[in-house]
Formats: sequence, C-alpha cells, structure tokens
Amino acid sequence: MREIRYREAVREAMLEEMERDERVFLMGEEVGHYQGAYKVSEGLLARFGEKRVIDTPIAEAGFAGIGVGAAMTGLRPIIEFMTWNFSFVAFDQIISNAAKASQMSGGRVPCPIVFRGPNGAAKQVASQHSHSVDPFYTNIPGLWVVMPSTPRDAKGLLKTAIREDNPVIFLEGETLYNVKGEVPDVEADEAIPFGKARVAREGDGCTIVAWGAPYYVVLDAAERLRQEHGLECEVVDPRTLRPLDIETIVESVKKTHRCVVVHEHWPYGGPGAEIVDQVQREAFDWLDAPIERVAALDVPMPYASNLETLVLPNVDRVIEAVKRAAYL
Amino acid sequence: MSLDDLGRDGAHALLREMLLIRRFEEKCAELYTQQKIRGFLHLYIGEEAIAVGALSALTADDNVLSTYREHGHALARGLGAGPIMAEMYGKAGGCALGRGGSMHLFDASRRFYGGNAIVGGHLPLAVGLALADKMLGRKAVTACFFGDGATAEGVFHESLNLAALWKLPVLFLCENNLYAMGTAIELHAADTEISRRPRAFGIPAERVDGMDVVAVERAVRYAAEAAREGEGPRFLELMTYRFRAHSMYDAELYRSKAEVQRWKERDPIQLFERALRERGWLDDDARARVENDVLGEVEAAVRFAEESPWEALEDLEKHVYVRRVGADEGGA
Ligand SMILES: Cc1ncc(C[n+]2csc(CCOP(=O)(O)OP(=O)(O)O)c2C)c(N)n1
Ligand SMILES: [Mg+2]
Repeated sequence: MREIRYREAVREAMLEEMERDERVFLMGEEVGHYQGAYKVSEGLLARFGEKRVIDTPIAEAGFAGIGVGAAMTGLRPIIEFMTWNFSFVAFDQIISNAAKASQMSGGRVPCPIVFRGPNGAAKQVASQHSHSVDPFYTNIPGLWVVMPSTPRDAKGLLKTAIREDNPVIFLEGETLYNVKGEVPDVEADEAIPFGKARVAREGDGCTIVAWGAPYYVVLDAAERLRQEHGLECEVVDPRTLRPLDIETIVESVKKTHRCVVVHEHWPYGGPGAEIVDQVQREAFDWLDAPIERVAALDVPMPYASNLETLVLPNVDRVIEAVKRAAYL
Repeated sequence: MSLDDLGRDGAHALLREMLLIRRFEEKCAELYTQQKIRGFLHLYIGEEAIAVGALSALTADDNVLSTYREHGHALARGLGAGPIMAEMYGKAGGCALGRGGSMHLFDASRRFYGGNAIVGGHLPLAVGLALADKMLGRKAVTACFFGDGATAEGVFHESLNLAALWKLPVLFLCENNLYAMGTAIELHAADTEISRRPRAFGIPAERVDGMDVVAVERAVRYAAEAAREGEGPRFLELMTYRFRAHSMYDAELYRSKAEVQRWKERDPIQLFERALRERGWLDDDARARVENDVLGEVEAAVRFAEESPWEALEDLEKHVYVRRVGADEGGA
C-alpha cells in the first residue's frame, strides 16, 4: 500500500482502465490540454492522445448525449462534468437516454457510460455552484450512483464503474481531491463491488451513516463523542447510494439501537430520507430512539462565509443529533 | 456617437469609468490573496471598453444581464463600487445582501439581473425580459452579455431563434475574447466568426472592435435604436481579450506570452487615452486627477465593505421565497 491523494486515485483508475480496454475514452470540458479544471485528468492527454482524451466546447447536453450514443454502439465513455452543477444542462440526456437505453431496447443495448466530476459545496462558490446532486440522480431507476469518500474507494469504485455495463453516476467530493489515504498498489487491480457499504469505525453506541465531505465531519464527531461522552459510534459509509447496501446499515443498527444519517444534500427526500425509511421498517423493533438526520440547511447556498458555514453539516450538529438519539 | 459628438466631458466620463473598472479589479485581485474575497473571481481587465461603451448607450429603463465576469458591467450600470465590493466580502451591505458574491451581483432597481454563473443560462432569461417588455408595451431593450464559449450551448441557439421569431428587443452582446477558459475558439467553434451564426436566424449582426470604446458605444446605440423601434433582436460580436487568467489562478498554458503582449498593446484604456491626448482633451494633470479620483472611489468602496455588518444568521432563510406573490407583482 502507498498513500496517494483522492485526485490521483481517480486519475489512476481512469489510466489503468484506459490501458486495459481501448474502448474506454475520456471526454469533457478542459480534460485534455488544460489537464482538467481540478487537475484530475493531468497527463492523460499525453499518455493516450487526442483520440481518447477529448476536449469539448461548453456543450453539456451535446457531449453527454454523444457519450450515450457512443456507449450504445460499442464504446465505453467516461464523461467528465467540470462540476456536477453543469450536469443540469445535460439532465435530459442522462435521464431520458442513458437511463432508458437498456429497457427501451428490450435489454439488448447496454449503455456502459460513466458520468463523473466533483459534487457538493466548495468554499464560497455560491448558489449555482454548490449543489449536492445525490437526490436528483438516486431517484432514477436505470442509473447506479456512487459517491466515494476515501482515495481507496474512489479508485476501486471507479474501476468497477468503468467495467460496468450500465450508466454510472460517479460523484467525487469537490473538497476531497486533496485528501490522502492508503490505496493498494497498481498490481492489486482492486475493483470494489457496488452495493457493499464499508464500516469505517466500529462501536456499539450509535450508528452514523455518512458519505462524501460529511464523512470526515462524522469521523471527527465520533472521536469527540468517545472522548467527551465515552460513546463509541459505528460509522458506516454506504459508498454506493444505488444500489444501497441496507443490510450492513441495518445490521449495525441492530447492534447500536440508534441511527443518525448525515449528508450534504438538502433534507427534502434523497438518499438521506431513503435510508431512514428503510432502516425504520427493517429495524423498527431494535430502535431505541427516532432516527436523526443532519443535512445541509434547506436554502440555496449563500456566498457569505458565516451563512455558508451555518448551512453545511458540522461536528457540533452531528454531536447534538447523536446525543438526541442516545438520550445523552 | 463619434468622439466629436461625445465631447470632452463625455469622453472623460468614459475614460473615468474604464479606469474605475481597471483599478477596482486590481483591488479585487489583491483582496483575493488576502482572502477577503473568496470563491471564484473572474476579472474583467482588458475588456473594459465593452461594458463602458455598451452601457453608456442604454437608458435606465433597459435591462442588463451578464455572466460571472460581470464586475465591469455592474460598475458601468451604476450599482456602486461600495455595494459591489461589500457583496464580494459577503456582507449585508452587498448588492445581493452577501448571498451572491463575485459571480452574482444583482440590483433590480438598476434593472441589473445578474451575475449568472451557468454558462449560457441567462440567455433565455434575457429573451423573457424582452418578451415581458413587449407584452406590457414598454419601450425598453434588454442587453445580454455573454462570452464566446456560451455560443456552444444549445440554449444559445434556442434563445436566438425565439428572439428573432417573436421580434423581441434583445441585444445579444457577445464578448469574444477568443477563449472559453483554456479552450481557444478554434477548438470550440466550427465557425470562428461568431457573428455569422445569428444571421442564420435573420438577426442582423456585426463584428466590432471591442477595444475601442467609441466604436462599441456607437454600435450598441445603433442596435438599441433598431430593437427599441420594434425591428427585433440585434447581435454584436465584440472582439476583445482578457489580460489575466480565466479566474484567479490558471497556468495560462493555452496561450503564448507573445499573444498576450500583442493584445496588451491594444489596451482599451491606453488606446482611448492616446486618442484624447491627440485631440488635446487630456494632459498629464487631467489624467492624474482621474486616477486619484478613481483610486479614492475604490478605497471608499473597500472601507464601505469592511465596515458593513455581516448578515444576521437568523436571516438565513429570509429571501428563499418572496413573501408576497400576486398578480400585481411585476418586476422592480
Ligand atoms: C454550463 C456551464 N458549464 C461550464 C461552466 C464552467 N465555466 C465557467 S466560465 C467557463 C468559460 C466560459 O467562456 P466564455 O463564455 O468565452 O466567457 P469568458 O470566461 O471568456 O468571459 C466555463 C467552462 C459553467 N460555469 N457553466
Ligand atoms: Mg471567452
């Protein structure tokens, strides 16, 4: 194992899969000559050339749909959105075309495409650039939705996504690109299967489910809860939001009898609400308290730093929620 | 208008406005490194003649929409350096109450509808404002600024077609600075002469030297008159260049230093200054007075921003919905 950054993990996955399968190519805004707006695709143009690392104009609906068409007839595109905020321009292509290809063709035409890019708030980029798109895409049957929190998961899950025959929405954390973590050596060729949650921290005091940027907020909160309250929290990262590994979450709740779900997307619906719904039905008799949620506050993201800080999930809000769930 | 029609005072006003934008932007860059301004910051340095020329040809009743590179348009539209700077600080005294920041300057009282950060996203908005004006019998035009990169979006073509089909008073003002972020126009446009595209919809269009403030003023005035008289939309491709990186940081590997240098020799402020000096309308003293005047305005704006309070946390949700919605509620 070695330590690399999340950004490098994503790049390695693309590089290795492009070497492995020449049908795989990368397409999007500034992915080639500019080396990626977030430097994720750095070096890929030099390695694979303009045929397989394709710079596009600012035409999201166009290049997303072009990717879908190419995927239906033999290629395996990776479509980068500079950020997921711009995927709204391409929403129709993803929902009406990518997600429907298999069923509309009677299961005869697969659509092996990955849409990827940074998701979530960054630092004060304001309302049109701060979306957590998880709820929009998890609602769509026909799509898989992945959101890795660690470099290892980013690499292993992206490799699986690229090998997958269905369209995959791959949500990277805009603020996670510099996070360092252990990742297996290249020879290991680790592909992490979809639908398997990861228990990041074991405990019997309270289950906390979290992914993306709030995952790190939750790890900090869990440590403080241990130190300040002697409460051992179990932290579960679902890693893929669709398919959702509800079994691992429910198993944890049956042990801790308490559950808090923490996410950056807005509170109305979404995978956060879905997890709460499934847990209360599957583990009703084991729960000792209502399930709590910590989400972004229900407003378009304001620019002002004091307001933005207020909106995003933070350690104190997680601790308060756990204390309510644990009657502390 | 020609320089003669503008007269000495008119010309000085344009020079002052361009210089204000230049100094304001330089101050923003400095404040960004001090982390007083955060998020994304796109500077207008090099392109000042367009905002100043275009907005001096419009009236207070006209509508203006711009992109995330809109500080120049906001200043030229009279939003005030203070409220603009306070917005970039995220303060309550900001023109969008600190909610928007650099990319989302807004002031309905000036009919300035953003500060829009989704490339191409505001083009149909502009057409809609013009539709309302036409339906309500107002004699206003809507000026919509956007970059060359935006012309690759599907919504660009939809907006042009609809504006032409319904003969709406829209001025499409394309700031062609030859790059969309790191992508040169040859790499994003099948036909790099953007002004040919609107002609396919029957929209009269022309290329204008966007470094010449007088030429911009004249072209926009003429286009606005036609649109105002019900002749439908007009399109101007304003040739310009941004002197700085796309946003605060980029390695600028996509263009050569020599190319940047060549364009800097056509600095719109220096070009105009030279023209005024040749006429004997500007000497060193007058130039120094403008400089001091502008620096004072920028300093005052920073002071205003520094002293402005933060929005109260309790007001977080205050403007997510308007409080009163009714048939009588038109735009501001
Ligand atoms: C829909 C959408 N796609 C991508 C972006 C990211 N982005 C912001 S500015 C920009 C370049 C725009 O270039 P242009 O329209 O020429 O305007 P300029 O910045 O040169 O003024 C890009 C790609 C965005 N904001 N919105
Ligand atoms: Mg441009």
